[in-house]
Formats: sequence, structure tokens, C-alpha cells
Amino acid sequence: MTPTIAILLIITFVLSTVGLLLLIWSIANNQFSHGQAAARTIFSPGEEGHSEDPARAADEPFTGDTSEQTEAIEARWSADQSSRTAVLTWLSSSVFWLLLGSFFGLASSIKMHLPEFLTASEFLTFGRIRPVHLNAVTYGWASMAGIGVALFLIPRLFKTSLVGGKYAVIGGFIWNIGLILGLSAITLGLSDGEEWLEFPWQIDILFVVGGALCAVPLLLTAANRKVEHLYVTSWYLMAALVWFPFLFLIANLPFAFPGASGATVNWWFAHNVLGLWVTPIGIGIAYYMIPKILGRPIISYQLSLIGFWSLALFYSQVGIHHLIGGPIPTWLVTLSIVHSVMMSIPVITVAINHHGTMMGNFGRLKDSPTLRFVWIGALMYTVASLQGSMEALRSINVITHFTHYTVAHAHLGMYAFLSFILFGAVYFIMPRLTNWEWPWRKLISLHFWLVSAGILIYVVSLTVAGWKQGVALLDAAMPFMDIVKMTLPGLQARTVGGALMTLGHLVFAFHFIAMLLRSGAATEQPTLFRPATKENAQ
Amino acid sequence: MKRALAIMVGAALILLLATLTLVVMPYLQMSAEQIPPDLKPYTEQQQRGRQVYIANGCVYCHSQQPRDPSFAPGDKARGWGRPSVPGDYAYDEPHLLGTMRTGPDLFNIGARQPSIDWQLMHLYNPRAIIKGSIMPSYPFLFRHVEEPVEGDKVVNIPPPYGPETGKIVATEDALALAEYMLALDHTYPAPTLPKKQSNSDEPKENRAP
Ligand code: HEM
Ligand code: HEM
Repeated sequence: MTPTIAILLIITFVLSTVGLLLLIWSIANNQFSHGQAAARTIFSPGEEGHSEDPARAADEPFTGDTSEQTEAIEARWSADQSSRTAVLTWLSSSVFWLLLGSFFGLASSIKMHLPEFLTASEFLTFGRIRPVHLNAVTYGWASMAGIGVALFLIPRLFKTSLVGGKYAVIGGFIWNIGLILGLSAITLGLSDGEEWLEFPWQIDILFVVGGALCAVPLLLTAANRKVEHLYVTSWYLMAALVWFPFLFLIANLPFAFPGASGATVNWWFAHNVLGLWVTPIGIGIAYYMIPKILGRPIISYQLSLIGFWSLALFYSQVGIHHLIGGPIPTWLVTLSIVHSVMMSIPVITVAINHHGTMMGNFGRLKDSPTLRFVWIGALMYTVASLQGSMEALRSINVITHFTHYTVAHAHLGMYAFLSFILFGAVYFIMPRLTNWEWPWRKLISLHFWLVSAGILIYVVSLTVAGWKQGVALLDAAMPFMDIVKMTLPGLQARTVGGALMTLGHLVFAFHFIAMLLRSGAATEQPTLFRPATKENAQ
Repeated sequence: MKRALAIMVGAALILLLATLTLVVMPYLQMSAEQIPPDLKPYTEQQQRGRQVYIANGCVYCHSQQPRDPSFAPGDKARGWGRPSVPGDYAYDEPHLLGTMRTGPDLFNIGARQPSIDWQLMHLYNPRAIIKGSIMPSYPFLFRHVEEPVEGDKVVNIPPPYGPETGKIVATEDALALAEYMLALDHTYPAPTLPKKQSNSDEPKENRAP
């Protein structure tokens, strides 16, 4: 390592530490005074202590005890309606991409233990359908559902109507066109060749434009906001929407980064898609849903702000832990490992808040589908992240790096954490937008059990198979083909788990469409407007 | 609005810092790295083969980055080669380092399997050569003809993997990909490898079997 680089490294370390201390100091000064008040902004006046969960069976929603409180609830109802077209555009698209991505994932999985399955056509070869899977679920399902939920939460968090929703609708169309073109390009063999960045860069422009169009209503609505406090969820959502276009633009600059430095940019980007894009969206949603359903504010608002800024500082520098042992300067790898371990700070603060708020309310998991999905998602965030911090250590990574263990971790994060939270959020949001109730609550249960059993099989089987694979790879006395044979049962079990998950997604999509069509037995009125409670309110 | 703006600006600044450390600094350092004198640029055909490698996603199962034996003992001992250095990738655009070893590392496959017939046969059906391989076959990179004509590259497939009648002929894409495989030979010494390396290992690069 040359001295200049050592100096630069020290400077950046000092800078980040100073930055963190400054932030903690400013939080301590500005936010301590009204910390818990800010935590209450998600409730309308008088609502604290009442649960809001439109997906729950026997729910008596709070509609206000005084006329003032009723007005606040009605204002929120109009805020929800204002975002309806935009949110439904993004959510419906995301459900479509989830289904498509699931089938491609399942086919990829089958191909890994039945290599002659669908080999005749070049369009269905493993090396094309696997990136179609990744891109469909990442940019189609996770990103579109995340943006959809964000569009729903923004007016609620700012207690005003969504301004400029039509920009988000146009953005949604452009994003979908980008996905169709991008996935077709991969299928035709026109991939750019780097993982997570397969879409040809010309098509990527559509995502930058589509994403930027979503930032318009965010900024306009923020300018119009009627609340003093910015609840922590809005911090995460705003930051994520700033980060994504920036990341996507730099990483896709054509021909800017050749050779090994291209690999660092590739993984700097890929991890930031996880850490600075889907993760803040997932955590932000959980920060809203858990207290909202329990009817009690999060236990520590200050902690949530420390969690936010330390996530921003540490997560942005972890990308190179994907290249441990690779042809990369050692200082760079070490920097990312240090930050990966430091990530336990935001992870633990978020865990204290999410699970601490749940303390004493675990019984509610039984009757609230949204809470069940969201809280399990939040728990899996803690698990996946602590696992990730371990996985970044050289001594562990040398075993797990090139194995199926990484794939198990990837699905623990992207699925058990993120997708679960998104499922929960969709169950919460749809009744509010369509003014209709989930027609068959048993289907919610069925969806839950299918995907839970599926992901459990998926993660456990690949974790075990991947670990054994990694240990064996280090021992050259073990022939390579014996290792391949050893992993087969894990790969087959993954197909079983994946099939259950795909089945669950079919149930979910069916129910979602039923909601859009407002089918099923009509309850005379959605619970929010049930006459019994209306009377109360007068 | 002021506070909202502060959060967004703060978030952007932090990302800027990370971009400096994780993108700009490595780029400056690695682009100044010496290109090994024995490393040859790809020929046009090899470059085309590299494109076929990308189009068909070989990178999702194969890495191209042997690790240091003092860190990960298996890599070198399996014959995958000496640890790679940034200079080895000077002509690689985009990089194809890979993150999976569902199949073996290919950084030195050209040295391990230098026969083009082996490569073509293996692409047509991996199981024709390696029992139990889970690599997909790539029949679409080949043509099935009754009578090969002048200039056709015939690939002899052992039964029962070949067709009942006629011959299997490699397409231009298959030939290019096979040529790219043969070009993956980094057995030359790496000038920028840290010195202590050569003490702990055998003094000479031994060609893998
Ligand atoms: C503190 C938090 C985390 C740390 C330190 C961490 C660390 C890691 C490490 C070391 C790898 C393995 C790289 C390799 O050996 O190739 C990895 C892979 C991965 N992680 Fe995490 N992880 C964390 C949380 C998460 C979360 C929350 C998610 C999901 C939202 C996630 C998604 C993934 C994915 C998708 C991969 C696979 C990437 C690929 O190879 O394509 N991680 N992570
Ligand atoms: C429906 C069930 C699913 C099945 C059967 C499935 C299967 C697969 C398979 C076979 C791979 C390729 C692994 C490899 O190359 O070795 C993969 C990769 C991946 N999948 Fe899935 N998947 C499913 C759902 C999802 C969902 C819903 C998400 C995200 C929200 C997701 C995110 C990913 C990611 C990020 C990778 C890349 C992992 C890596 O590079 O390490 N998957 N999946």
C-alpha cells in the first residue's frame, strides 16, 4: 500500500467518524426535546392505543371520538385516496413481475439439478433465465412494490394529499417499459455482462427517468406538508429515493471502468442496491407498520435516528466484501470488512426498536396478517444482517464466498426480510385504496404458510449444502465432481421450497386481482365506514 | 422543507464519500497497475467468444479469480493457477470475475484443457465427458448436418450423446467460445505479485495438468 493511499484511507476514516459524532451531537441537540412527540406523528389525534389493520378479520377501526378526531381520520382517508392511481400502478406491476420472476427462479432451480431440462433453446438456457429472475424480482417486484408503498406512505407521513401523483404514474409506465426491454435484451443475449447490471445501459436510462419522476411528487408533497416532525420512515424513504438514481447512473456509465476496477464498481453498486435502496425501504415500512398496527409508538425515537445515519455511513462502504480474496487492493477489502462489522450498530438499534415495540404484544401476531408478515420480515432483517456481518469476516468468507451459502443469505435478505415486509404492506394498503375488504381471509393464511414453509426449506437446505461445499472446496484432496454430487440434495430441496413459494405467490396474486375487481362477498361496507362506528363518531 | 432537504443533502454527501473511497480511489490505484508483459490482448475471435460467454451467462457458475494459497489453500492445489492480480484483467471489459463456483474456476482453463476438440465436445454435452456434471448442454451452438461440407468443424460426440445419424458441426459462436476458453491461460508469472509469495510457494509456476 502506497503512503498516499494510507493517508487517504486515514482521512476518510477520520471523516466518517467525525461525521457520525457530529450527527449524534446534532440529534442529541435538536431531536431530544421532542423525540417521542415525533414518534407519535403517525397517529392522528386520539388514535394512539387503537390498532389500524385493514387486513384483520374482526376489526373495529378507530374513527374518532370527537368531531375533531373524526375530521383527522377523514383527512387521512382523502390523503389515501389521493395516492390511489399512482400506488395501484406500481403495486399491480410489481405483483406481475413477482409472478414472472418466480417462474424464472423455479426454472433456474430445476436446471441446477436436471441439467438437460429445457436446453434446446438458447433463450431458456440457465445463464439467461437466472439473470432474468434476478432482475425481475429486484427491479420489478422489490423496487416497484417498494416505490408503490412509499407513494402510499408519503402523503400519510406528511398529512397532506399527494401532489403530482401523475408524474409517478408516468414514471411507472416508463419503468415497466424499461423492464420489458431489459429482460428481453437478456433473453436475446444482449446482457451488459455484470451481475445486477445486466440491462444494457441504453435501457437503464429509462429507470433513471422513471425513478426521477417518482421523486417529483415526493418533493412537491414534502413542500406541502402539514406536520412539523418528519417521522423516521420518511427519512429512510427520502434517502433511498435520492440514492438510487445516483447509484444507478454512475454504475452504468458505459465503458468508464475497465478490468479489475470494473469489479469494484460492480459490487459497490450491487451492495448499494441492497443496502441503500431496498433495505431502507424495508426498514422504513416496518417502522411505520409495527407501531401503527399495535397502536403504540416505537420505543425510542432517538435510537431510530442514530440507526438511520449509521446505516448511511457504514452500508455505503461495504460493497467490496463481495470480492474478498479477489485481485483487489487489500486496504479496500479491509475497509469494507470493517464497515460490514460496524453495520451491527444500525442493525442492533433497529432491532431494539422493532422488537422492543413488539414486546408484550406478540399475541397480536395471531390475528393480524400484516403484523405477522411485517414483524417476521423485521426479525429476518436482524438475522440476515448479523449473518452478513459474520459472512464478511475473512475466516468465514473464505469458506462461503463461492458457494450456495451466499444464495441462501441472499434469499434470507431479499425474501424473508424484504418480500415479507412488502407482502404485509400490500395487505395493509389495498383495503384503504379500494375501500373493499380482502374477500377470503383464509387465502391470506394460505399465502403465509406456503411462503414461510417454502423459504424455510430454501434457506436451511442451501445454508447446509453451501457450507459443506465451501469446506470441501478448500480441500484439494476432494475431487470437484464429488462436491457437485454432495450439493445435489440441497439443490433439489431448493426446488421444493421454491415451488411452495411460487404457489404462495399465485395465491397472493389471485387475491390481489380479486381486490382490484372488488370481487368476493360484499360486506355491506368496509370496516372503516361501518355504521356502528360512524354513530360513535358523531 | 428545510429539514427534508437537509436529510436528502446529508444522504447524498455520505454516498459521495463512499464513492470516493470505493470507486475513485481504487480506480486511480488499479489503472496505474502494470500490465504483465506476457499478457496478450484478445484476438477478434476470442473477443467474440467472450461475448458468447456473456450472452449465455457462464459467469453465474464460473469464477475467474484464483485466490492466494496462503488464504484459500484449495484454489492453487486444484490447478486453478496462481493468485490473480489486477494487471491480468487489463483487457477485460466488462470484468468476468464471477461469484459462484457451481463449476470450477476458469482463469486457466486454456492451460488445463488445451484441446479445442475437448472444449467443443464439452460444450455440446458436458456429460459426454464428465459423468454427473450439472452444466447445461449448449446444443444451440452447434448444427446437425447429414454430410459436413468443406470447412465445417466436425465435433465427434461419443454415443449415446451424439445424434443417431449425421454429424455435429460447430457454429462460429461455438468456435469463438472455445477459442476464448483456450485464451484463458494466465500461467505466466505476475510481476506485481507481492514478493513473499514466491518464497512460500514453489519457485516456478507449475503448469496445471
Ligand atoms: C449488515 C448487513 C449485511 C452484511 C454485512 C452482509 C454481507 C454480505 C456478504 C459478506 C455477502 C457475501 C458476498 C460473497 O461472498 O460473495 C453478502 C451477499 C448478499 N447479501 Fe448480504 N449482508 C447484509 C445484509 C443483507 C440484507 C439486509 C440483504 C437483503 C436485503 C442482503 C442481501 C444479499 C444478497 C442478495 C447477496 C448476494 C449478492 C450476490 O452474490 O449476487 N444482505 N452479504
Ligand atoms: C419463487 C421462488 C424463488 C426461487 C425458486 C428462486 C431461485 C433462485 C435461483 C435458482 C437463483 C440462482 C442461484 C445461483 O445462481 O446459484 C436465484 C438467485 C437470486 N434470487 Fe431467487 N428465487 C426465488 C424467489 C426470489 C425472490 C422473490 C427474490 C427477491 C425478492 C429473489 C432474489 C434473488 C437474488 C437476489 C438472487 C441472486 C443471488 C446471488 O447472486 O447470490 N429470489 N434465485
